[in-house]
Amino acid sequence: MARSKTKAPVAPQTHIQRVFSPAGIEAWLVEDYTVPIISMDFAFVGGGALDPRDSAGLSYLMAGLFEEGAGPFDAQEFQERLEDKAIELSFSSNRDRIEGSLRTLDRNADQAFEMLALALNQPRFDDEAIERVKAQMLSGLKREETDPEAMVWRALRARAYGEHPYGRGDKGTPASLAAISRQAISGAHANRLQRSALKVAVVGAIDAPRLGRALDRVFGALPAQTVQAVIPDVVAGGLGSIVISDLAVPQSTLGLARPGIARRDPDFMAAFVVNHILGGGSFTSRLWTEVREKRGLAYSVWSQLSTSRHAAMFLAGTATSNERVGESLAIIRSEILRMAEKGPTRSELKRALQYLIGSYALRFDTSRKIAAHLVEIQVEDLGIDYIAMRNARMAEVSLDDTRRAAKRLFGDGALLVSVAGRPQGIAAV
Amino acid sequence: MKDQAHSSLSHFQLANGMDVVVIPDRRAPVVTHMVYYRNGAADDPIGRSGIAHFLEHLMFKGTERHPDGVFSEIVADLGGQENAFTGHDYTAYYQRVASEHLETVMDLEADRMSNLALDEKQVLSERDVILEERKMHVDADPGAQLYESLQATLFTHHPYGTPIIGWEHEIAKLGREDALAYYRRFYTPENAILIVAGDITEDRVRALAEKTYGTVARRNDAPQRARPQEPPARTERLVTLSDAKVEQPAVYRMYPAPSHPTAPGNDAYALEVLCQLVAGSSTSVMYKELVVNRGLAVDVSSWYRNDAVDQTYFGLHAAPRDGVDLETLDAAIDALIAQITVEGFADTALARARTRLIADLIYAQDNQAHLARMYGAVLATGGSIADVREWPAKIEAVTMDDIKRVAATYLDRRSLVRGHLRKAA
Repeated sequence: MARSKTKAPVAPQTHIQRVFSPAGIEAWLVEDYTVPIISMDFAFVGGGALDPRDSAGLSYLMAGLFEEGAGPFDAQEFQERLEDKAIELSFSSNRDRIEGSLRTLDRNADQAFEMLALALNQPRFDDEAIERVKAQMLSGLKREETDPEAMVWRALRARAYGEHPYGRGDKGTPASLAAISRQAISGAHANRLQRSALKVAVVGAIDAPRLGRALDRVFGALPAQTVQAVIPDVVAGGLGSIVISDLAVPQSTLGLARPGIARRDPDFMAAFVVNHILGGGSFTSRLWTEVREKRGLAYSVWSQLSTSRHAAMFLAGTATSNERVGESLAIIRSEILRMAEKGPTRSELKRALQYLIGSYALRFDTSRKIAAHLVEIQVEDLGIDYIAMRNARMAEVSLDDTRRAAKRLFGDGALLVSVAGRPQGIAAV
Repeated sequence: MKDQAHSSLSHFQLANGMDVVVIPDRRAPVVTHMVYYRNGAADDPIGRSGIAHFLEHLMFKGTERHPDGVFSEIVADLGGQENAFTGHDYTAYYQRVASEHLETVMDLEADRMSNLALDEKQVLSERDVILEERKMHVDADPGAQLYESLQATLFTHHPYGTPIIGWEHEIAKLGREDALAYYRRFYTPENAILIVAGDITEDRVRALAEKTYGTVARRNDAPQRARPQEPPARTERLVTLSDAKVEQPAVYRMYPAPSHPTAPGNDAYALEVLCQLVAGSSTSVMYKELVVNRGLAVDVSSWYRNDAVDQTYFGLHAAPRDGVDLETLDAAIDALIAQITVEGFADTALARARTRLIADLIYAQDNQAHLARMYGAVLATGGSIADVREWPAKIEAVTMDDIKRVAATYLDRRSLVRGHLRKAA
């Protein structure tokens, strides 16, 4: 097998401790006292995709309410107690997860964990807070109605996934939000936060025993396991379609999609490299060169592999003047086909590996980035040795691997295309 | 010079006049390397709006030694990440790389400080990119269009009223010669600040800086920023934009206010605390009163552009709930501001705001790129390292009387520019 010549890959020197609390709750800890702060990230697997269709947005709303009053404190009192100590606490939800993030100065850590425990175990879901957060979500939904990016991905999602929960947005609709009762929110609270689906990472000025006690205080009283709906895996459909969302603006926003490759698929790493060469995150990709540098067609052009729990997708996007949409799309299509047929060149592979291996260390320079990455590794079940092994595995990706992955990823090059604007040179299919 | 708050920071100057700041952070083997130039969109020549930003893009095109995008290829081959940004007062370039590659990126950046080579075709193609960038950020977003107009209304004479990216009709006429003239005027070592944050020592940065940037000749002609200054504002103005695409209406306010370099006494510090108290969080007075208690708004925010060379502004924004008209919201904000001016805030609220602001500086130590940007913005707008060092004590010393004074002085309707974003009927 052809091996590219790259320098011996260096693994980041991040020492991860696997901590178990007295009650058996696991967290990954990077202990570091350089800066007197503690960052904790956590995720409960199981998010908005579990919402019943007629109450879509339930998980998102619930996550938004965790910071709006708990235990003896109403929303204002709760927020004031956090701000008195400059404790940063936030929650969010996407289709696959309920997530939380805590950041505190080490001297306030006890109170920070106490507030987090209250938020997760005794959220109040006061009527005032429910009504207010619903109004904020409605405002967001209204804004998205004429926001080109939101229009593109909403239409694309619906065409790709139809009736599957992935076909709808995390934030629901005005009608589904209106239908969500306080009882439904409490029900979701009892169901979504199960310890068996919990992943925790902590970085900063705390040792294992102290963290263990905090873990029990925060998560120990949650149910070990709940019964949740089963979400089927799904493959993006609609290839060959062009969906146009009309918007009276001079520039069209484009979103492109195909089925992708799953995170745990043996070809994922090679596919990741292929995507990097095609349209990944540096100023040297093929799409960047062809669309932006050579022709000035767009300010932004990108592609990525998106891996959700029940579907994997290849996504790409750009925004170009209405009259140049046909040309831009033709170039992107031909670059995808060229990659499918021939794969990357040897020199492209070498350079991509140099970048991807060399830049990995840049993910470890802040506590927050490290904590988020450690949660991601746990959710994807990649193993605690992932960080140590990742660069070595990346270095083993061969030209044959990338050619095979490119063929699997791009096949005949057919795309699902979603456009918002008044595009010329294409028609809805 | 050693810094207390950010323990081992150092600051020195090369023989050619280039400032250097080193911010050690040994936790990860990476560095953030930035060069700030003390010029931005507010230094664009009349009729050439957008040239600072245009040049920022063109700086990636190449030099004789590193033509045709070789710069970005080298950075990518090192596993580095890079970008650049333009503000009204400065233009900055950065790379983030493993510490062992610092010398390479310094060499590259020093090279393009004086050896930029521009090809006519590349310049024209990049101009199209910028026109697309402008379309992306402004043309589809009525809120962004209103914001441009608000700035243009607030600054009647000073170039802060012109968008950083430039006006479309002027961008469309910018060319290679405009870019090179601007480049020759401003891209000099005396006008530049080097900031290196990360896994590196002062001695090593000094040695590398002398070897790279140190070879760029001093011009003995550091550009002076003499922008036309704003006359006193004596009118209240209302700017309205109605568009069918507006689904969430909003009110905006911009009050003229001094920046750190132009403020008398401790006014700028008091304005920072006031900004936090007015709408800086969900315990702020506007959030509590308009969003929670009265249900008039879904969202409020405040901002104060404190790091600016010249007079700046204090901004407010509120998005009404369904069925609440903009006049009602405006009247409620007026009443609230009148109340603040007379009564001030609870002592607990003031303590909370100070705690929050000062904690931000501690949290910032966790992020070398953030620290580099923070020092860069202060130094490039006329501040000093001492200003950053003294900042927590200055914030701590802000009293309720200071807050009331700056509220009464600057949140003055007689010079206010209001904005209404409405759905077209």
